[in-house]
Amino acid sequence: MTFLALLRKELRAYAVAPLLYVVAAVFYGLSGFFFYTQLIYFVQYGFGFNILGNFWVAFIAGAPYSVSMVLLLVVPLLTMRLLAEERKLGTIEWLLTAPVRDGALVAAKLLACVLVVAGLLLGTLAYPLFLSGVQPVPWAPVAASYLGLLLLGISFSAVGLFISSLTDSQVVAAVATLGVLMAFWALSWNEAALTPAGLGAAASLSMFDHFEGFSRGVIDAGDLAYFVAVATFFVFGTLRVLEARQWRGRR
Amino acid sequence: MIEVAHLRKVFGAVTAVDDVSFRAEAGEAIGLLGPNGSGKTTIMRTLAGYFPPTSGRVAVAGIDVTAAPLRARAAVGYLPETATWYPELRVAEFLGLCADVRGMRGATRRARLAAVMEGCGLAEVSRRLIGALSKGYRQRVGMAQALLHEPAVLILDEPTVGLDPRQVIEIRALVRALRGRTTVLLSTHILSEVATVCDRVVIIDRGRLVGEERADPLARAEQGAGSLLVRVVAPVAALTTAIAALPEVAAIETRASDDGSVHVVVTARPGAAPANAIVAVVLAHGWRLEELRPLAPSLEELFVSLTGKGAAR
Repeated sequence: MTFLALLRKELRAYAVAPLLYVVAAVFYGLSGFFFYTQLIYFVQYGFGFNILGNFWVAFIAGAPYSVSMVLLLVVPLLTMRLLAEERKLGTIEWLLTAPVRDGALVAAKLLACVLVVAGLLLGTLAYPLFLSGVQPVPWAPVAASYLGLLLLGISFSAVGLFISSLTDSQVVAAVATLGVLMAFWALSWNEAALTPAGLGAAASLSMFDHFEGFSRGVIDAGDLAYFVAVATFFVFGTLRVLEARQWRGRR
Repeated sequence: MIEVAHLRKVFGAVTAVDDVSFRAEAGEAIGLLGPNGSGKTTIMRTLAGYFPPTSGRVAVAGIDVTAAPLRARAAVGYLPETATWYPELRVAEFLGLCADVRGMRGATRRARLAAVMEGCGLAEVSRRLIGALSKGYRQRVGMAQALLHEPAVLILDEPTVGLDPRQVIEIRALVRALRGRTTVLLSTHILSEVATVCDRVVIIDRGRLVGEERADPLARAEQGAGSLLVRVVAPVAALTTAIAALPEVAAIETRASDDGSVHVVVTARPGAAPANAIVAVVLAHGWRLEELRPLAPSLEELFVSLTGKGAAR
């Protein structure tokens, strides 16, 4: 099937470039460091919990959140080449004249990136596994937080894919994606700077507010719908940008 | 087979191609000539299914590219102008990817991959990274991916640009070998290339079709008014009178040259072939005939005269 061929091509492109391995090293280095410091912080101060009985709270309280921050840093590096490189090389013309729908092409690119992100996230399961060796970990809230991280990864990838479709420069794509994701993330940070109505609107758009529930182990249908909507919106945008070749006349 | 009927392609305020129509029969090789920016690439991209026409009908192998874009793309092999391919892939890997994207499998896939690698001279570099290949080899990779699925229509956008003379000859030989089996549309601004590779030439200027000619100069001469160039060592006045008196001759123009011979350009009456009569007159007077050949406008002359009109408009 041509979709699988395209998916294999994208995964191969990740596998053969050194970037993926640098990104993985940075991702695990930073998220491991955050996990460690938060664990020590919790052990020392404890917030009044029975520390030994609720050791897993150390993970739930901090790890998904810090992993998500590191994800925000590395996803732009994984999405930047998706379409910008094809434009730069000229291979976009080869792809778009192959007997393949634009949709299959975009889906293969997004799925390849999401699989890489999911692989990175899978590695961070080492942290709760490590904790479970000390104390039993309730896996249900951990699973909820990983669902949240995966949804976040899909949304980040969709935003990055869209921005990568707008330019032929990978650096421009990476920087712009980072900026947009940070803005999305921080929309509702400063309550003092927003009116109550504005805060409501900002909170409903902010990725942080929708991820928070997952990070505490709560799956909310509204949050789920939000991430699906974000991903759909940017995939749709990417398809429109590809379609614009018929009136832009340039690659 | 290629059919282009009243093709128009507009990008914003720019009309890149305006009311262009031409046909190529199955197995025919057509050269697309035109100055830079005249709309050649836009026409080729439309045929390859990169974007649909603004208006007009474009069909390849009988399939309308707007109505059935995927089926049309499947029938076309396309070599884009600035193709550089994926530098991190090996030649065999990239061609394998092309085969997968085209839905080829099993024994057919293996056989076609082996055939194009052999045919395009890539067998010895199949394990090399595309990024490490010379420009000539990368162009062969492009030809190989275009030929892989045995397309009914082959579209080559400036296939010989930037190649050394031997590589140019190889690419031309590759295209010539397809004659009669595959319909080829080839764009170039090397005029001699059209004459050696193509059956006919379509000339485009500023997005409009300005001429359609046979590529072979002798064939063009037969089609044309039948002008002849005659070079004879003879007295100018006597020669002029003798030739002008022939019934087959409509007009003549003479010019004496430094070496003592006279150049005569003879325009025949429609349907008449004056060569034999001219030879008879020259021999009867005992003059020395040095040259007698049909005068066809060269492609260069045609190109300049046809595309020059655009500049004056």
